[in-house]
Amino acid sequence: MRRRIARRYAAERRFRWLGLGAIVLSAAFLFFLIITMVMQGAAGFLETRVQLPIDFRAAELNVTPEQLRGDRGDLALAGAGLEGVVDAAAGAAFPTAGGAELLSDGAWLRVRNAVKANPALLRQQVVIDVPVNSDVDMAFKRAGTPAAERIVSAMGDRLSSGLNHDFFGGADSSDPTRVGIWGALKGSLLTMLVTLLIAFPVGVLSALYLEEYAPRNRWTDLIEVSINNLAAVPSIIFGLLGLAVFLNTFGLPRSAPIVGGLTLALMTMPVIVIAGRNAIKAVPPSIRDAALGVGASPVQVVFHHVLPLALPGILTGTIIGMARALGETAPLLMIGMRAFIAAPPEGLTDPATVLPVQIFLWSDEVARGFVEKTSAAIIVLLVFLLAMNGLAIYLRNRFETRW
Amino acid sequence: MSVGALFFVVIVLGLIGWFVGRARAIALRSSRTGRFSALPGHHGWFVALWTTLPPLLFLAIWFFVSPAMVTDAVIATPQAASLPPTGFERSAILSEARNLARGEAFGAFHDLSEVLAPAYAAAQRRFDWIATALAAILAFAGFAFSYLRVRPQFGARTAVERIVMLLLLGASLIAILTTFGIVASLLFESARFFSIVPLIDFLFGTHWSPQVIDPRDPGANLGAVPLFWGTFFIGAVIAMLVAIPFGLMSAIYLTQYAKLSTRRWIKPLLEVLAGVPTVVYGYFAALTVAPAVRDFAVMIGIRWASSESALAAGLVMGVMIIPFVSSIADDSLAAVPSSMRDGSLAMGATPSETIRKVLVPAALPGIVGGVLLAVSRAIGETMIVVMAASGVATLTLNPFASTTTVTKQIVDLLTGEAEFDSAKTLAAFALGLTLFVITLLLNIVALIVVKRYREAYD
Repeated sequence: MRRRIARRYAAERRFRWLGLGAIVLSAAFLFFLIITMVMQGAAGFLETRVQLPIDFRAAELNVTPEQLRGDRGDLALAGAGLEGVVDAAAGAAFPTAGGAELLSDGAWLRVRNAVKANPALLRQQVVIDVPVNSDVDMAFKRAGTPAAERIVSAMGDRLSSGLNHDFFGGADSSDPTRVGIWGALKGSLLTMLVTLLIAFPVGVLSALYLEEYAPRNRWTDLIEVSINNLAAVPSIIFGLLGLAVFLNTFGLPRSAPIVGGLTLALMTMPVIVIAGRNAIKAVPPSIRDAALGVGASPVQVVFHHVLPLALPGILTGTIIGMARALGETAPLLMIGMRAFIAAPPEGLTDPATVLPVQIFLWSDEVARGFVEKTSAAIIVLLVFLLAMNGLAIYLRNRFETRW
Repeated sequence: MSVGALFFVVIVLGLIGWFVGRARAIALRSSRTGRFSALPGHHGWFVALWTTLPPLLFLAIWFFVSPAMVTDAVIATPQAASLPPTGFERSAILSEARNLARGEAFGAFHDLSEVLAPAYAAAQRRFDWIATALAAILAFAGFAFSYLRVRPQFGARTAVERIVMLLLLGASLIAILTTFGIVASLLFESARFFSIVPLIDFLFGTHWSPQVIDPRDPGANLGAVPLFWGTFFIGAVIAMLVAIPFGLMSAIYLTQYAKLSTRRWIKPLLEVLAGVPTVVYGYFAALTVAPAVRDFAVMIGIRWASSESALAAGLVMGVMIIPFVSSIADDSLAAVPSSMRDGSLAMGATPSETIRKVLVPAALPGIVGGVLLAVSRAIGETMIVVMAASGVATLTLNPFASTTTVTKQIVDLLTGEAEFDSAKTLAAFALGLTLFVITLLLNIVALIVVKRYREAYD
């Protein structure tokens, strides 16, 4: 008898440990994922610079300070052959380390900006920090090819590390030292703007209709069934819809934020409707009865009383739906947002890409330098999602009323 | 003006309409005695809605219809006579011309696009003028109509509310419209596909290699059985082998064992797992999990293990689904009345015996329904398999071999540079239709399971 009890208690403990183990393992996976991304991605925000001595007096750049003012400065310096001057200076300064090959393709742009900021440099001999190429960058940060490692040890303290500002201001590029996420981020923001402007009003209005006014009949059932069903349709199907309807039937521009936003809006709308209906359901009937009792019309009851009270719940659902849309990749691949876009979009119909798609594109690149950039972009995306979810939780805790 | 600019103009007109209508109502009320049947604000809303809604409706339709009309107008011009008849090049030239006309591009591959660009710009200008004129006419007609109705006896509130109800109804019809759009576009493109490839070949053929399609027998290389198997193997077998035990056990621990304070912070932690974008999981699967799985396979003696194995994609997908299974199991377990649990414990059963023999059986319909929903979600999941699974379709039971899925193939088929009408791109829609039908059936079955087999304990 006692042995049997001991056995049963042992089974009880084992079961309990199994449950705890399941949770711990799931959480461990999450931490492992995040730590992997942070470890790899942290270096993606940094760049390696080398001190490049340039003697502008010897370089004979035919540029007057007047030409450098305003927007024409870029063209004037490029036309005067600044890139060649920088390459020559690198060749003279690092003869053993590959000369101009040592520098990133975008190194001369850094010199250009320095000159534009201070035209007096053109009459001096100066030392400017410029980014190095991807191989040396990798070798300096972690480990690289043997050749690059040799260069790093030979260069010694002339190399330094610094925050890569271009990463936050640039767009896609074929050179990993020059890529930036601003283009993709701006595309994401424009796309989300369209999604929000369409999905939020339509979602809230349908939730109000279904919950407050809809008569019980076959049509209402059909609407409800299709909303619940749309919430469960795989996202890639929405991409096929966007491709077939928006692009092929209506001829809207490919890769444009407006089409991406429309597609994601159709996907997000059911989420908002379902969250909205739950929030509206939670408003007690006594509020409606009281408003009706003092002579409000059904529309006034809803828009003056029910909607404001349900709004925190609706907003929470909307933010969660938008967070999901922000992380969505597959439908946007279908409507052509995977193109190589080297400039941030200027409007809703410009070709653009979005952050998750940019991550996907970079993960496909062969060059090793893209690994850390991909992880860095993932960190940025996760930070945005975390902020949105945090906002949703805050709204829920701050404004939700328990009746 | 462009549609976007017109949109803002109409909104401003509506605002003006609101003030004008309200001012007129106030003026009428102060000048006359007698009963006024609505507040000035209602009259304002009445005028504003009538001023904005007709042109906005027109602009929404125009936004979708006008690009095709502009293109047709360009094709009708004499310059377009030398366009190639159909296919990829024609659309490439047209889109280049459009970009040139909009000032988004500065050079073109095709000389013809340079010729067509001015025609494009002219057509665009003409259609923009038409849109501006029509929107203005509609706005002023609506304004005049509603302004003249602002009278003391007019029940503006009832009229406004009737319009609002119509708006609400219209908003909820968009859901039906979307469903209809999905079904119609999938069916239409699939019908075109099945007019090229026999349905039997597609559904029961066991050879899938769309890269080379023999025009005499297109069905020979478009048999989708390996895809269906791969999807089932990754999404419904491997992923569920991870998600069901982990999800169920964590739900059991959270509902039955954990203290309330522990539960409060572990539950959101699990939900974070569901909030991570799938592209991140995909990257993680391809970068970290897949090489580890291959090394493991090599270690246990499988030499030809693929680095794009079904196991890697399935494992990560399973982790993604854990919170989904967990939250559904959580709800089902919580719905079992506590009297059953208390009864079992009072009879001397240990908590684990109670859970295994009483709670889980009682909650089983809900759990099974949840698992079916999880399967439907796993087989529709795209990015993990696009990044971690291979593109080679094989019929295999070996989790270390490479397999491909329906969603992965849809992406591969549609992101190539093929022209739109080929059997290759249309196949993507046939696959999409299959996916849509299967997920729909799974959802319906899940609902039926939950409804029919739930035992009523009250």
